[in-house]
Amino acid sequence: MANSMNITLKVWRQAGPKAKGGFETYVVPEANPHMSFLELLDVLNEQLIKEGKEPVEFDHDCREGICGSCGVVIDGQAHGPQQRTACCQLHMRHYKDGDSIVIEPWRAEGFPIIKDLVVDRTSFDRIIAAGGYISANTGAAQDANSLPIAKADADLAMDFAACIGCGACVAACPNASASLFTAAKIAQLSLLPQGDPERKSRAIAMVDQMEQEGFGDCSNHTECEAVCPKGISVSAITKMRREYMKAVIG
Amino acid sequence: MSLSNVLRSPVGKKFVTGITGLGLVIFVLMHMIGNLSMFSGDDAYNEYAHFLASLGPLLYAVEAGLVLFFLFHAITGVRIWIGKRKARPQGYDMYRSAGSPSLQSSSSRSMAITGIILLVFTVFHLISFKFGPGGPGNGDPAYMTVIDGVEMRNLALLVREKFATTWYTLGYTAIMLLLVVHLRHGVWSALQSLGAMRPSITPAVYTIGGLLGLGIGLGFIAMPLALYLGWI
Repeated sequence: MANSMNITLKVWRQAGPKAKGGFETYVVPEANPHMSFLELLDVLNEQLIKEGKEPVEFDHDCREGICGSCGVVIDGQAHGPQQRTACCQLHMRHYKDGDSIVIEPWRAEGFPIIKDLVVDRTSFDRIIAAGGYISANTGAAQDANSLPIAKADADLAMDFAACIGCGACVAACPNASASLFTAAKIAQLSLLPQGDPERKSRAIAMVDQMEQEGFGDCSNHTECEAVCPKGISVSAITKMRREYMKAVIG
Repeated sequence: MSLSNVLRSPVGKKFVTGITGLGLVIFVLMHMIGNLSMFSGDDAYNEYAHFLASLGPLLYAVEAGLVLFFLFHAITGVRIWIGKRKARPQGYDMYRSAGSPSLQSSSSRSMAITGIILLVFTVFHLISFKFGPGGPGNGDPAYMTVIDGVEMRNLALLVREKFATTWYTLGYTAIMLLLVVHLRHGVWSALQSLGAMRPSITPAVYTIGGLLGLGIGLGFIAMPLALYLGWI
C-alpha cells in the first residue's frame, strides 16, 4: 500500500444558505491510506488556508462513528462506499492513488444547506420534540430485572435506539423521506413499557411533524437501511405504520 | 383525526397505495386467467365474457370498485411522486445505490412513469374492447354470436382482429412488460406499506412478488402472441 496518495476532490462549495453553490476541484497530493475521510478534508483545509482560501465547512464531532454529526454524500453514496460506517470511520485505504472523489452535502428540503457541506438538521430535533420522549419518571437506575421486558423486545428496541440521527437515510432516499429516522424512535419506544403512556399520540405527532418538515413520502426503496451507519432495519418503518394506524383507528 | 387527514398522511398514503395496489394485483391476475380461456376456443372465451356481463349489478359494483381503486392508486402515487420532487429540489450530481439490503431498482424508481403509462393504456384498452364493437352502447350485429341458443357478444372476433396487426400486438406486449416492471417492486412494496412485512421473509416475498408479476405479464402476453402467430 503506497504511503502517499494523490487524490482529486470535487467538492460542493456554497457560501451561505441563499448563495448559489457549485463544485470546486482540489488536489490533495499528500493523502495517506491511514487517514480517515474527515482527516483528508482536514488536510485539504490546511492546504486551502495556506493558500489563503476559505476552508471547506463540514460537520464533525466524535470522529468515532457514534455521534451522528458527520455525513456527506461521497461518490453518490451517503457516508461513502462502506456500509454500516459513518464517513468519519471511512478510511482512505479504500481508495487508490489517483482516485477522484465527488463530495456533496445531504440534499433535502428538510435539510437546508448552511454552508458548503454543512446542513441544518434541526428538523430532526423537531420530529423528536414532537413525541420522541417519555413522560414516565423512571427515577434512578433500578435493579436490572425490576422491569420485566422480554429479551427479544429489549434487543429489538436497542437495535432501533442505535439511530444516531445523522440523516443518511434522508440523504440516500430517492424521495428524501425521513421515515427510517422517525420510525426508529417510534418503534423503539413502542417496544418498551416506559413508552406506553404516549404511544398513540407519539406515532401521530411524529409522523405529522415529519411531513411538516418537508420530507418526502416513503416508496419502499429501502435505500435508507443500506446506508444507515447503524444498519437500522426498515422493519422500523413497518412498525411505525402499524403504530400509526392503530393510533388513528382507536 | 378525520379519515381524509389520515389518508393524506405519509402513512395513510402508503396504506392507500398498498391496499388499492393489492386489489389491482388480484384484478389483473383474474383478468389474465380469464384471457387464457381463449386457448380453449373462441366459444369458451365468449361464454366467459358473457358470464361476466350477465352478473349485472354485481359486475357494476365490482367495476365501480375497480375505478375507485385505479383512481386512488394513481392519484396517491402521483402525489408521492410530486412530493418527492418538492422534498429534494436540487438533486445530486452523482447518485448511486449502496446495494443490498437496498431494494432500489429500475422498477422502484420508475413506479410513477410505468403506473401512468399503464393507466393511460387501461383507458384505451377499455375503449378498444369493453366499449368496442358489440359492447355496451355499441351493439354491432357483426360482433354478436349465438352459442347453445344464447345470443352473446363475439368478443373473441374483436380480439382476433386487434391482435392480427403487428403494431397492436407489439404495443400490447411492451405495455405488459411494463406491468411486469411495475409489479416487480409493487407486490412487495404493497405488503411493506401495509405493515405486513418482517425482515426474515422480505427476500422471499420480494422474489415471489416479482415472479407473480412476471407470471401475470407473461400470461397476458401468451394469448395475443398465440393469436398473432396463428397458434390458436
